[in-house]
Amino acid sequence: MEEQKRGCASIVFNNPVYVHEYASIVGKKEGKGPLGQFFDFIEEDELFGEKSWEKAESKMQQRMLNILFDKAKLKPSDIRYMCGGDLLGQLIATTFGVKEFNIPIFGLYGACSTMGESISIASMLINGGYANNIIAFTSSHYAGAEKNYRFPLDYGNQKPLAATTTVTGAGGVVLSNKNNNKGIRVKGITTGKIVDYGVKDSMNMGACMAPAAADVIYNNFKDLSVDADYYDQIITGDLGNVGKEILLDIMDKKGYGIKGKYMDCGIEIYYSDIQGTLSGGSGCGCSAVTLCGYIFDKMKKKQWNRILFVPTGALLSPVSFNEGESVPGIAHGVIFENC
Amino acid sequence: MNNNVEIKDVLKENDPTKRDKKYNDYVKKVTPTHNFAQNILRAYVVGGGICVLGQLLTNMYMNMGASEENAKLYNIISLIGLSVIFTGFGWYSKFANYAGAGTLVPITGFANSVASAAIEFKREGQVFGIGCRIFSIAGPVILYGVFASWILGVVYWIINMF
Repeated sequence: MEEQKRGCASIVFNNPVYVHEYASIVGKKEGKGPLGQFFDFIEEDELFGEKSWEKAESKMQQRMLNILFDKAKLKPSDIRYMCGGDLLGQLIATTFGVKEFNIPIFGLYGACSTMGESISIASMLINGGYANNIIAFTSSHYAGAEKNYRFPLDYGNQKPLAATTTVTGAGGVVLSNKNNNKGIRVKGITTGKIVDYGVKDSMNMGACMAPAAADVIYNNFKDLSVDADYYDQIITGDLGNVGKEILLDIMDKKGYGIKGKYMDCGIEIYYSDIQGTLSGGSGCGCSAVTLCGYIFDKMKKKQWNRILFVPTGALLSPVSFNEGESVPGIAHGVIFENC
Repeated sequence: MNNNVEIKDVLKENDPTKRDKKYNDYVKKVTPTHNFAQNILRAYVVGGGICVLGQLLTNMYMNMGASEENAKLYNIISLIGLSVIFTGFGWYSKFANYAGAGTLVPITGFANSVASAAIEFKREGQVFGIGCRIFSIAGPVILYGVFASWILGVVYWIINMF
């Protein structure tokens, strides 16, 4: 049997892991963005009929999972594990969002890189033969994240241009060991490490995360002995305009130009000029809904056949930040290809 | 600070402390900032506008027969009331995003910081929500405001001894 471990941080799976089905749900603002038509459901009420932002996010996850079960024609009992998380303290959106489904779960925190982390772990579990079907999912809510990490929503302050806007959205994917309908598979993964270049500006998360994204993309190229030509598109999660420039600059200097094949979910998801989203979108939901809406659609239409999906996370904590610590970054790479 | 630091200088640097310093300089170079002059102008116009409104209110209350001292108090109460109403409807934060310090510095900014926290934490209960968190932004202003006035009081007391 061929060795699955590659280089220092990557795996290429021997036993295929397929994308069985996917679903996405977003808020009103994301629905009005350039990718609006690709999402399964757009909720106009930012509270999702609930009383608090936290409950709203749980409701959003629930609704997304119900759509996912419908689309996949599966019951919760068909799912062996769930791997997922969110941005709130102690993963409360996930806890209360999924408890009714009674599915064994691994709760994950990777800041905004959670979609990459959950797909990575779910793929390893399926590849290892521990499950037939697993749901990898995540969510974020603009108001819940503002409350948790910054200021009350109605507090009047002016954000710097490098700041991003947390996406209200939830995305999930059923990964399976059987090739059912989509014809997309997870070829492999590259796991990121915590990369800290000492940036202490929580309003410039793109700069905090760009070195982590560059590290993962570089390791992926090295581990698999490939370069940007191997992929039809290299997609980061939420670097925004500032992070994008830094990433492209780093990759150029490392000798791997990716400019012509690069996109960032955070830049694609909003009309930043009209919608006032500054540097772009962010949050776990940003890369998750872009993947489960736009990216898989592109792959299904064979416009892209192999992509490197790199959700990026800024490991920001209000406590460590107030104590003068930096904001370290992390990213997780997943290779999807048509089969 | 080195303004000409390039990413290759950051990548070449082996010492983590120096690398972080260089990266921060590089980030500062590539990060766009708000137009300084435009921000000042907006703050001047909006902040000044709020003060003009305050003067109009004071004059109005004096015309209605209030003494100057009372009219000024009525004015403050009115501005705080307006700010809280604007906050409640979600308008103040949009306004502040445009005006910056123009809405932050006047008393309306203080009222907004208290009202917005009260609204946000209401769902966590009257005691641990509103009670504990209402001054989460305004608290430092109150604490250091009282502290500064205490120090000035002591200074004033010492000066008066001579």
